[in-house]
Amino acid sequence: PTQVVDHYENPRNVGSLDKTSKNVGTGLVGAPACGDVMKLQIQVDEKGKIVDARFKTFGCGSAIASSSLATEWVKGKTVEEALTIKNTDIAKELCLPPVKLHCSMLAEDAIKAALADYKLKQEPKTGEAKKK
Amino acid sequence: MLLRTAWRRVATAAPAAPGPRAKAPTRGLRLRGIDLTPQSAVPSDAATALEAESVLRPLYMDVQATTPLDPRVLDAMLPYLVNYYGNPHSRTHAYGWESEAAMECARQQVASLIGADPREIIFTSGATESNNIAIKELEAAIQPDTSLVSVMTVNNEIGVKQPIKEIGQICSSRKVYFHTDAAQAVGKIPLDVNDMKIDLMSISGHKIYGPKGVGAIYIRRRPRVRVEPLQSGGGQERGMRSGTVPTPLVVGLGAACEVAQQEMKYDHKRISKLAERLIQKIMTSLPDVVMNGDPEHHYPGCINLSFAYVEGESLLMALKDVALSSGSACTSASLEPSYVLRAIGTDEDLAHSSIRFGIGRFTTEEEVDYTVEKCIHHVKRLREMSPLWEMVQDGIDLKSIKWTQH
Repeated sequence: PTQVVDHYENPRNVGSLDKTSKNVGTGLVGAPACGDVMKLQIQVDEKGKIVDARFKTFGCGSAIASSSLATEWVKGKTVEEALTIKNTDIAKELCLPPVKLHCSMLAEDAIKAALADYKLKQEPKTGEAKKK
Repeated sequence: MLLRTAWRRVATAAPAAPGPRAKAPTRGLRLRGIDLTPQSAVPSDAATALEAESVLRPLYMDVQATTPLDPRVLDAMLPYLVNYYGNPHSRTHAYGWESEAAMECARQQVASLIGADPREIIFTSGATESNNIAIKELEAAIQPDTSLVSVMTVNNEIGVKQPIKEIGQICSSRKVYFHTDAAQAVGKIPLDVNDMKIDLMSISGHKIYGPKGVGAIYIRRRPRVRVEPLQSGGGQERGMRSGTVPTPLVVGLGAACEVAQQEMKYDHKRISKLAERLIQKIMTSLPDVVMNGDPEHHYPGCINLSFAYVEGESLLMALKDVALSSGSACTSASLEPSYVLRAIGTDEDLAHSSIRFGIGRFTTEEEVDYTVEKCIHHVKRLREMSPLWEMVQDGIDLKSIKWTQH
């Protein structure tokens, strides 16, 4: 599928944000033993809007494309809006075949993990980031 | 009788004998794409034909999956596809006799490659069928304590050579039948069924630059090994495998075996050099690369490397102009990595990171260099995108992380 190849050859938002920063949420999901690991980071402003996102993925072309697309989609959304992103939307956008659906699921997990990490950092009691 | 003798003089000239021992064939491998649309379907004009011709195809580095026909094999087969088309089992006319002669000549060519008697070679549709016949023999065994040992001579995923001679020795002393699937080994490493005490052997045509759809099974005569036929019918091939023997295909198999016998030493030397080159270049340019399989007992043409922190399928996608295969399971429905890599104790994440490079008779140095260069470039790129690589660079021990399940 050309979409997947495009995201793979020209990935958007590869990289890292400062994970110690209070405005950065980091989600790390998957397992090397399964052949899929995604790290997704979001940078949120004071108004709760995601202004930047980065990802790094160990996985097949579909996994890379799914996480790349995820970073594109979360940008500009609020934290609540980002929670609504579904793996089915990602899979549909990339025309993923059934055997690759788990890649889109992992991308959704990664988004949620990053959001959860961010939320945790905002709590007044714990200012530390917990790596998931 | 006179008729038969008369045409025999003509027929002996027919099967094209492979030429004198030559260097590796120099035909270019970057084949032009051919226009496969049937003549009637598309109104072909000169322009579109030319366009189709200028599309380049990927380099071929997947010889374990299949091999191209050696031109000498095609030369040998062509007369039997076009001219000498008789059924080799027809007893009453020249067409039958000439096909039969070609079939028996091919049988001798296969036999001499493995040190067997031609009466011990039965033609089949491939190594898979041969394996099935060999295993079925187990069910036909009369004595309750008879059993069968079946081992691959050269593994198709990692290229490891099994100690066939030693296994043969043990089986022979314990009176146990010994079968080996030699599809990846025939014509590439020296094999002798008597020296190695092999009772049954499976041979595949398309793994040794012969045609697809043909193979053979070697069945020892002394001491006799009894097998049950898989398919019944007209009783061809001594009743062990009914069905008309496909003359052009077996001629191809025979020619492939004869060419292999001539070229084995030279091929092995050349392939070893290219393999060494590939491994050296990659290992000195990239850290954290593991070669799977025992380096000492190894067939050089099958190189399986694991690139840590990079997933196999993504690397294959990157190397899109080279035809390769990976031991990664992302391409299969399950998330399980290769059973071979697991069996040799490869860490699961490394099993997902493996690529198999196949070097064959027609692989050139430029192809190896190109593949290596691209591989190094893309591994570096993918490592930049990998969270695992990042963590390792930061000094984190990956084994200490609690990963999420999914």
